[in-house]
Amino acid sequence: MNEKKRRGLAGLLTSDRWANVTVSVLAVVLMLVTSSIILLVMGKNPLVAFRSFLQGCGFWPKANYGGGSGMLSDFSDFLNILAPMLLAALSFIVAFKTGLFNIGISGQMLLSGFLATILVGYMKELSPWIAKPLVILIGAAAGGLLGALIGFLKYRFNIHEVVSTIMVNYIISYTTGFFINTRYVDMLTRSSRICTPAARLTWTKVEIGQVMCNIPLGIVIALIAAFVVKFIFDKTVFGFELKAVGTSRRCARYIGVNVRRSIVLSMAFSGIFAGLAGVTYYLGYTNTMVPKTLPGMGYDSIAVALLGSSSPIGAIFASIIVTIFQSGANYMSSSVGVAKEIASLITGILLLFAACGEFMKMLGSRKIEKEEDARIAAMQEARAREAAQKGGTDR
Amino acid sequence: MTKVFTDGLSFALPLLIMAVGAIYSEKSGVTNLAIEGFQGFGAFVGALVAILIMPYLPKSSQIPIYVAMLFAAIGGGIYACVHALLCINFKANQVISGVVVNILAVALTTFFTSSANTALLGTASNKFILGVSNRHSIPLLSKIPWIGGLFQKMYPFEWIIIGLVIVFWYLMYRTRYGMRLRACGENPQALDAAGGDVVKTRWIAVIISGALSGIGGICFAYSIMANYSPSIYMGYGYLAIAAMIFGNWNIPTTVLVCLVFGIAKAGGQQLCIAMKLSGNYTDLFNMLPYILTMLLLIFFSRRNHPPQACGQPWDHSRR
Repeated sequence: MNEKKRRGLAGLLTSDRWANVTVSVLAVVLMLVTSSIILLVMGKNPLVAFRSFLQGCGFWPKANYGGGSGMLSDFSDFLNILAPMLLAALSFIVAFKTGLFNIGISGQMLLSGFLATILVGYMKELSPWIAKPLVILIGAAAGGLLGALIGFLKYRFNIHEVVSTIMVNYIISYTTGFFINTRYVDMLTRSSRICTPAARLTWTKVEIGQVMCNIPLGIVIALIAAFVVKFIFDKTVFGFELKAVGTSRRCARYIGVNVRRSIVLSMAFSGIFAGLAGVTYYLGYTNTMVPKTLPGMGYDSIAVALLGSSSPIGAIFASIIVTIFQSGANYMSSSVGVAKEIASLITGILLLFAACGEFMKMLGSRKIEKEEDARIAAMQEARAREAAQKGGTDR
Repeated sequence: MTKVFTDGLSFALPLLIMAVGAIYSEKSGVTNLAIEGFQGFGAFVGALVAILIMPYLPKSSQIPIYVAMLFAAIGGGIYACVHALLCINFKANQVISGVVVNILAVALTTFFTSSANTALLGTASNKFILGVSNRHSIPLLSKIPWIGGLFQKMYPFEWIIIGLVIVFWYLMYRTRYGMRLRACGENPQALDAAGGDVVKTRWIAVIISGALSGIGGICFAYSIMANYSPSIYMGYGYLAIAAMIFGNWNIPTTVLVCLVFGIAKAGGQQLCIAMKLSGNYTDLFNMLPYILTMLLLIFFSRRNHPPQACGQPWDHSRR
């Protein structure tokens, strides 16, 4: 460890334990530098801009608040959008560890949100104690079944999951769009009618110390889910089998893992988390559905998983960072006066650096190799000199 | 009926050129989910240039379209360097790189479209208004019953695309570079042993892929949408990837697949109009190409042969 410390950044990049964390931190630092440059070019103070991102999410007090709102209400809104992001990232991680790419998180979110909305969200006289669990259950079931279907298509018909999920995404988007437009549309907003407060996974307008907050239920589910995923992959045989399939399918078959079963189950699990993300997004955060629009979160979550180096705990931190920029964008835009699209630009830059992780590690190990070579060369030289001196005295 | 062929072809050809781009990248061994981003970014550059030169030309001039196509190809090619750098030199996961490139393309183009509009026109719109390209019918062929529709009211870019597809078919299957490209996707070690340069071959392939996708994107902007806006990211890039897989990474079969997609889409719309259904029902018909792909994949995917080395970063010392 001492050795490692001495080598600084390069050592961290090559150590088994810290490499992934270092890459993520480096990506964030590089992102901050790059976006500061962009903001400077636009003639804005980057520090003010970054602070207003934090202010928009309730991490930093704003200059003034409207009646009945405060830092806590901003923060609870932030948690409300964080929950689906984290769940979607977990969904990607589960599939990714099994060597599968769930590009269809958006579609799974949309379907589960849609089904939960029309089945429970519009039922008038239902106690919240029945409605809320029912929403969660429907979300998980819809997402899980859809995921299992993708897994089934993969092993039975050899259809690559990337292709089938993309196709399914559009099929779901058009179908749900059609039903929302024909049956559930709100004529004023052109999106679906809002669902009942009983079914909503957020307690709206709860008063905490004279401040109105929207308390999200989703964040609890999301945090539990993160630890469940960690437990499954670290401590259970099932998790080990999934990882084995992800590392090498042939090797997994050789040690007696049922690869087909693992593929279907992994996709089903991934779908369950995507479904939960869907209900926490549509019945928690937005409370309405825009027809024919796939949630961009399905793709952003891939990025979050990447930034969190596909570990569930890493995903918690990564989703916090990405969400700060996305949900603080509105306030930043109104207070600093930069188009709010810069938030997605910043996210994009962050992802770009995170995707360079392998390269950073490569640079680290190359540097260490060079140092090692230099040390060996120096040692040999010293030894040669010593030998020469000794030879000189002998003679 | 003829309208089905006319519209079908004008949808199928931009899709085809993007699919050919995807084939180039994947045949060289670089998985390419980034087509969607390439086409959007290419179209953005093309549209920006068109907007810039439009004031200096007479009102109904068609020159901006060709200039825009050229710059869309250049823009797509340059943007493809990001994917190439990540996948080939930085050895990133290629599927993830594709997703990242797509997200970045959406972010960059949305941001710069509104910035450019503010700077040039003084309005904070997120659109470049381009108008629709002129259309021409071919004198004799368009009079043929039934399939005459294929030759009616053709956009000039359709001819360019047909020409490009032939050129790139020739390049892939009849030249030394094409041979190396295909070897690069099947067995890069063999290519390396034979004295080829894997890195260079893949770089060229990915850049070609970006350039062709950019052309596809600007053609959509000039025909279906009549403007450039973030709605260009409608998923046609993904549809092109589906067409490629369904066409088994083979240019001639992909031509057929794209035609089927185009005719299915146009046919659905015409059917909807013929049956006098409300606009909402077009959504149901719009998903026909996707459902068709799913069903046909179930029957044909077993025989599919993706390039063997696709998705693996090239490592000199690995065998």
